[in-house]
Amino acid sequence: MIVQAIMFYVFAALAVASGVLVVSSRNPVHSVLFLIAAFFNAAGLFVLIGVEFLAMILVIVYVGAVAVLFLFVVMMLDIDLAGLRSGFVRYLPVGALVGFILLAELILVIGSWVVVPGMPKLLAASTASGVALTNTRALGDILYTRYLFAFQAAGLILLVAMIGAIVLTLRRRADVRRQSISAQLARTRAQTVEVVKVPIGSGSR
Amino acid sequence: MLIGLAHYLTVAAILFTLGIFGIFLNRKNVIIMLMSIELMLLAVSINFVAFSVFLGDLVGQAFAMFVLTVAAAEAAIGLAILVVYFRNRGTIAVEDINMMKG
Amino acid sequence: MAAAIVFLPLLAAVIAGFFGRVIGDRGAQLVTCGALLLSAVLGVLLFRDILASENPQVIPLATWIVAGGVDVTWSLRLDTLSGVMILVVTIVSSMVHVYSIGYMAEDPSIPRFMAYLSLFTFFMLALVTANDFVQLFFGWEGVGLMSYLLIGFWYDRPSANAAAIKAFVVNRVGDFGFSLGIYATFVIFGSLDFGTVFGAAPNVVGAKMEFLGWQVDKLPLACILLFIGAMGKSAQIPLHTWLPDAMEGPTPVSALIHAATMVTAGVFMVARLSPMFEYASTALGVVGVIGGTTAIFAASIGMAQNDIKRVIAWSTCSQLGYMFAAAAVSAYAAAIFHLFSHAFFKGLLFLCSGSVIHGMGGEQDMRRMGGLWRKLPWTYGTMWVGALSLSGIPLFSGYYSKDTILEAAWAAGTAVGRYAWVLGVAAAFMTAFYISRLMFMTFHGEPRAGEETMHHAHESPWVMLVPLLVLATGATVFGFIGFDLFVGPDRASFWKSSILVLPQYDSLAKVEEIPQLVRYLPLICGLLGIATAYVFYVVDRTIPVRLASQLRALYLFLLNKWYFDELYDWLFVRPAMSIGDGLWKSGDGAVIDGLGPDGVAAVTRDLARQASRLQTGYLYHYAFAMMIGLVAFVTWYLLPR
Repeated sequence: MIVQAIMFYVFAALAVASGVLVVSSRNPVHSVLFLIAAFFNAAGLFVLIGVEFLAMILVIVYVGAVAVLFLFVVMMLDIDLAGLRSGFVRYLPVGALVGFILLAELILVIGSWVVVPGMPKLLAASTASGVALTNTRALGDILYTRYLFAFQAAGLILLVAMIGAIVLTLRRRADVRRQSISAQLARTRAQTVEVVKVPIGSGSR
Repeated sequence: MLIGLAHYLTVAAILFTLGIFGIFLNRKNVIIMLMSIELMLLAVSINFVAFSVFLGDLVGQAFAMFVLTVAAAEAAIGLAILVVYFRNRGTIAVEDINMMKG
Repeated sequence: MAAAIVFLPLLAAVIAGFFGRVIGDRGAQLVTCGALLLSAVLGVLLFRDILASENPQVIPLATWIVAGGVDVTWSLRLDTLSGVMILVVTIVSSMVHVYSIGYMAEDPSIPRFMAYLSLFTFFMLALVTANDFVQLFFGWEGVGLMSYLLIGFWYDRPSANAAAIKAFVVNRVGDFGFSLGIYATFVIFGSLDFGTVFGAAPNVVGAKMEFLGWQVDKLPLACILLFIGAMGKSAQIPLHTWLPDAMEGPTPVSALIHAATMVTAGVFMVARLSPMFEYASTALGVVGVIGGTTAIFAASIGMAQNDIKRVIAWSTCSQLGYMFAAAAVSAYAAAIFHLFSHAFFKGLLFLCSGSVIHGMGGEQDMRRMGGLWRKLPWTYGTMWVGALSLSGIPLFSGYYSKDTILEAAWAAGTAVGRYAWVLGVAAAFMTAFYISRLMFMTFHGEPRAGEETMHHAHESPWVMLVPLLVLATGATVFGFIGFDLFVGPDRASFWKSSILVLPQYDSLAKVEEIPQLVRYLPLICGLLGIATAYVFYVVDRTIPVRLASQLRALYLFLLNKWYFDELYDWLFVRPAMSIGDGLWKSGDGAVIDGLGPDGVAAVTRDLARQASRLQTGYLYHYAFAMMIGLVAFVTWYLLPR
C-alpha cells in the first residue's frame, strides 16, 4: 500500500509540474516535451488505478500521435523565440485569482460529494459477474456491443478530421508536373491532330 | 494513506486549472493554447477514469476513450488551421490574431 | 327682427368669406354692404319698437352651457342701451362698408376684407345684445380677434403683424382681468345672468371676500376686475399702447373699430353694468381717475404727433377717457351720449383722413401735406365738421356731449369728479389745438408735398364721399336732437331700466346748478385751442419749431408717447423674451432634449461603444470571459440556498 501511495504522489507531482512547465516555458519545443511528460505521468496514474489498457492507449495515441504532431508543427513554423512578451504580468493577478477560485470550488465539490443510495443498480456497465477480466477484455465487451454506435461515430470523426486537415493544408506546387489521367483520356482528336497543307519545297512551319 | 477517489479528482482539478491558465495567460503563441486544451482534456479523462474505477462502472472508461479520439481529431484540425493561418499571416503570436475585433 | 339684425352680418361674412372667389370682388361688396344697410334700417325700426315697449326684453335663442351652477343661454337683451348701441354699430359699420368699396378698390383681397368687417359687426352686435356675462365675453373676444385680423390685414408687412400681435396681447392682459371679474361675479352671485346679478347687487354691498390674502369688498373687487378688461379694450392707461400702432391697419378699420365700436365696448360694458357699479363707489373712483388721466395724457401726446392717423388715434384714446370719467360720476347717460356722437365725428375724421391719404397716394405724414383744401373740397368741408364737433363748438354734437360730461363731473362734487373736470378742461384745450393743427397742416399753407404728388391729388369718388356726408350730418344734428332724450329732462323715460343711477349719485340732475364760468370754460378753452393752432400753423409757422427746440426734452417726451412703450419693453418684453430664450435653450434644449432624445441617444451610443470594447478579437480574452462565466455559475450553484 505504501508503495502505491508513494507512486501516486510521485506521478501526481510530476504531472502537475509538467503542466506548469508546459504553460510557462519559453521555448515551445520545451513545452511540447513537457506535455509529453505530463501524458506519461497520467498514464502512470492510470496504471496505478488498474486501467492499463487506457494507459497504453494514452501513450500510443496522445504521446505517439498528438504530441508528435505538435512537435512537427512547432518545428515547421518559424516561431519567434524572442521570449516572453510583456503583458503576461498584467493579467496574472486577475487570472490567478479566477483560477484559484475555480480550483477551490472544484475541490470543495470533491470534498462534499455523496453517493446516491441505490447506486449499484444505476450503473450502466458494471462487471458484476465477479470474473476477473482484463481491462482490455472488459472494454471490448461493452465497446463493440452496447456502444457500437458511438464507436462508429468516433471513427467517422477521425475520418472527417483527416479529410479536413488535408483539405486545409494541401498546397499545389506550380512547378511540379503531374499526370492527369482523366485529362489524358478525355483528349479529343481536335486537340491532337492538325492538318496542314504544306507547299512543295518549304518546311511545315 | 489510502489513495481514494478524492486524490485523483484533486489531481485532475489542478491539471484542469493549469490548462485554463495556459489559455489566457499565455502571450506567446497559439500552440501553447492548443496544448493547454490537450491538458484540459487529459484532466477530464483522469476524472472519468477515476469515477469509473471507484464506482465500478465501465462507461467512464469507454467515454475516456472517446475523449481521447476526439482530442486527437481536434488537435489535428487545430494544427492544420494554425498552419494555414501561418502561411497567410506570417505570424502566430496571439497579440496579432485579432481579426475578430468588433 | 332683432335676431335678423344680429345675424345678417354673420351670414354676409360667411358668404363673402367662404365664397368670395365664387362671387367675386363686386359680389362680396354687394352682399356685405347690402346686409349691413339692411341691418341698419332694421336697427332703426327696432329702436322705435324698443322706445315704445317695456324694457328689458329678453329673447332667448339657444341654450349654450348647462353645467353645475352655470346656466348660459344665447339670447338677445333688448333695452334702450342695447338699442342705442345697435344703432351706432350698424350705422357706422354700414357707412364704413360702403366707404371701403372705394378705399380698398385696388386691394387684392377685397372679399376677405369685407368678410372681416361684417364678422366684426356680428361680434359687436352679439356683445351689445348679450344678456349674460359669457355672451358678453364671447363678443368681447370676438371683436378682439377681428381687430387682430384686420390690423394685420396686410400681412406681408412686418410692422402690421407686430402691431396686430401687440393689440391682441395687450387686449389679452385686459381680458385676463375681465375673466377674473366674471369668475368673481359668479362666486359672489352664483349666476352669470344679467337679470339675476343686477337684482342681487344691492344685497351684496359691504360684504367681504378673500382675494390674494386680503379681505376686500366683494362688489368693488368684481367691478374693478371687470374694468381692467375695459381698460384693455378701450385703450386706457396703462393698457393703451396698442391703439396708436393699430393704425397699421387700413383706414376703414381704424374708423370702425378703433373709433366707433370696439374701443367703445369698454364704455358700453361699464354702462351696462351700472347696476353693479353704482353700488361700488371705490370701483367708480378708479374708473374716474384712470379716465381723467388718460384724457389729458392722450391729448398731450396727440399734440406732438406727425402722422395724421395717429393724431386721431390718440384723440380717440383721450375721448374714451372722457367717457369713463362720465361713468365715474354716475352720468352713464352722458357717457353713452358722448359715445354716440363720438362714433359719428371720430368715424368721420378717420374716413376723411383716409380720403386724404387716398388722394395723396398713400402719404400719411402731415409734414408732407398742406395746401390741399382746393383739391379735396368735400373732404375738407366734412372734416371741419368733425373737427369742430370734436373741439366742442356749439351747434355740433360734440359740444353737447362733451360739455355735458364736464358739467356732470363738476356737479358731482366728489374729489374724483373735480379731478376729472380739471383734467378734462385742460384736455379740451389740447384737443381743440391738436385737431386744428391737423386741419391747418393738412389743408392750408403752401404745399409741402412733391410736384408729382400734388399733381395727382384728387378728391375721392362718390362711393367714399357719401358715407362722409352721412356721418357729417349725424355729427351735426345728433347733438341737439338727442340732448333732451339722452341727458336732458326726458332721460329717465328714455333709458327706463337699462341704466341704473342711484339718486344720491345722480350728477346729471345737478347740472343746472353749476356756476356759469364752469359751464362755459370748456368752450372758451376749445376756442383758445383753435386760435392757438391758427397762430402756430397759419400765421407764423416758425413758432412751433422754436418752441420745440427750446423745450426739446418736453417735445421728445410727448413725441415718444411719454416713453410708455420703452418702459414696457424694458419691464415686460425683454424679461419675457429672455425667460423664453432661457427656457427654450436651457430648459427645452439642455434639459429636456438633453435628458430625452439626445441624452438617450448619446448614452446608448456610449454604452454601445464601451460594450464593443469587449470584442477585442483576441481568443484568450474570449476564453477568459468564458472562464469567468463558468466560475460565476459554479459559485452560484455552490452557494448554500
